[in-house]
Amino acid sequence: MRMQLKGLTRSFGDAVVLDGIDFDDEVTTLAIIGPSGGGKSTLLRILGGLLAPSAGRVLLDGEPVPTEEAARAPWRASLGFVFQDGGLFHHLSAHENIALPLRAVHGMDAEAADARADELLERFGLAGEGGKRPAQLSGGQRQRVAIARAVAPRPRMLLLDEPTSALDPEYTTEVLDLLRDLKNEGTRFITVTHEMGFARHACDKVAFLTGGKLAEYGPSEQVFTAPATPELRRFLGKLLEWSV
Amino acid sequence: MRNPFVVCPGERPHPVQAVVSYLVVCALIVGFFWVSLVQVGVALDFSFIGQYQVRILDGLLLTLQIAAGSLVVSLVIGLPVAVGQGSRVLPVRYLCDVYVKLMRGTPLLAQIYLFFYIVGTAWGVENRLVAGIIILSIFSGAYIAEIVRGSLNSLDAGQLEAARAVGFTRQQALRYVVVPQLVSRTLPALTGQLASMVKDSSLLSVIAVIELTQTMQEISAATFNLFGTYLFLAGAYFCLTLPIMFVSRYFERRLDYAHAA
Repeated sequence: MRMQLKGLTRSFGDAVVLDGIDFDDEVTTLAIIGPSGGGKSTLLRILGGLLAPSAGRVLLDGEPVPTEEAARAPWRASLGFVFQDGGLFHHLSAHENIALPLRAVHGMDAEAADARADELLERFGLAGEGGKRPAQLSGGQRQRVAIARAVAPRPRMLLLDEPTSALDPEYTTEVLDLLRDLKNEGTRFITVTHEMGFARHACDKVAFLTGGKLAEYGPSEQVFTAPATPELRRFLGKLLEWSV
Repeated sequence: MRNPFVVCPGERPHPVQAVVSYLVVCALIVGFFWVSLVQVGVALDFSFIGQYQVRILDGLLLTLQIAAGSLVVSLVIGLPVAVGQGSRVLPVRYLCDVYVKLMRGTPLLAQIYLFFYIVGTAWGVENRLVAGIIILSIFSGAYIAEIVRGSLNSLDAGQLEAARAVGFTRQQALRYVVVPQLVSRTLPALTGQLASMVKDSSLLSVIAVIELTQTMQEISAATFNLFGTYLFLAGAYFCLTLPIMFVSRYFERRLDYAHAA
């Protein structure tokens, strides 16, 4: 999918979070890395139509993000979101979390929506957990349900905002494995992540965002082995300090 | 041997344990009042019940009608006030705020007298039952507004963002996410408020609404049986509110989706 950003800017009050970002490339799997407060989540929210840019344009496959809030609902529906804490609806069962948007937003009949939800729960190792509410699931299970909900309507792209940051290490692996499998099946995604191993080995491209600017972008292997900017070298150096 | 009156923290009491302990508690309470009655030398007499059963029943029904009517009207008042307290239009926000503070900060008895004899008379509300329901609703609406405002504030911003993210329109987000979560948070407290309304309606006796309390006062005056009638009155209210409290607890457990099985 071709993603174009033209002078993309977003500020909150006086704070400029994204400062004139330009980008134009085919995106299959992209990791957005960078220090906290660098604008990663803001960029993802703008791409997904959850947040309007202050200036500049965003186009996916040549189609601009609608400027009207009401018109952005179909845009959001065409994408699959996964948030840091899953963003599952507390009051609905895992199964209903997946099936309700299929019925209400994507116009599936109840039978088809149920079948699709069951199929995904089964595939993601959650058979038998469908009747549970989010609070009754483990962190890893919740995140897998969230991914199931995001992929259920077969979106053109998944947007993942630090999908493993709130998880214990063993759950992190289980979620990352799932994302790798999805990638191998051809699912496209953009993920904001702090898991450098995942960014390096499971994502084709990496974008390094710092101080509201796109400081570096390229194939992941190249970005990690030969970082061009001192900012990225410093960032990666800090991360390596405590690695085994 | 196990102590029949003790459970470990978090343990559910065995039914036999529960029954035994309840009996002990009841015996203590009844015993306390029994001894008190004997000390002051009062013999209880409930013979008035048979004699006045039609009037008692009428009073009871009217109390229920007032409580039910006030619940509906106070919801109609409380819901917009809860929303209004967050309004961007300052006069609206302050009006709602002042209303809630005035109602919660003054005695219901004073409100009944002032509303009925001054406001009611000025605006031509003659019917005591209608006036009573309106007054009780204005009072109770403030409490309902606070209950609803609390639930509104406790709505998680992440849930609203997730609702937008899956592609829900504004109306769909309201219907599928906001309202169900609000209802489950509000219903237990709202049921509890109904129990308060049943009790508070007793104060309407001061403007001669012939509900349960006023009925019993009249019977008491006619039979000179003060203690019997008031003990019966308390028991009758308790019989009305106890089931409501059970329903409230049921909702609390049933709708606590963060923990319930």
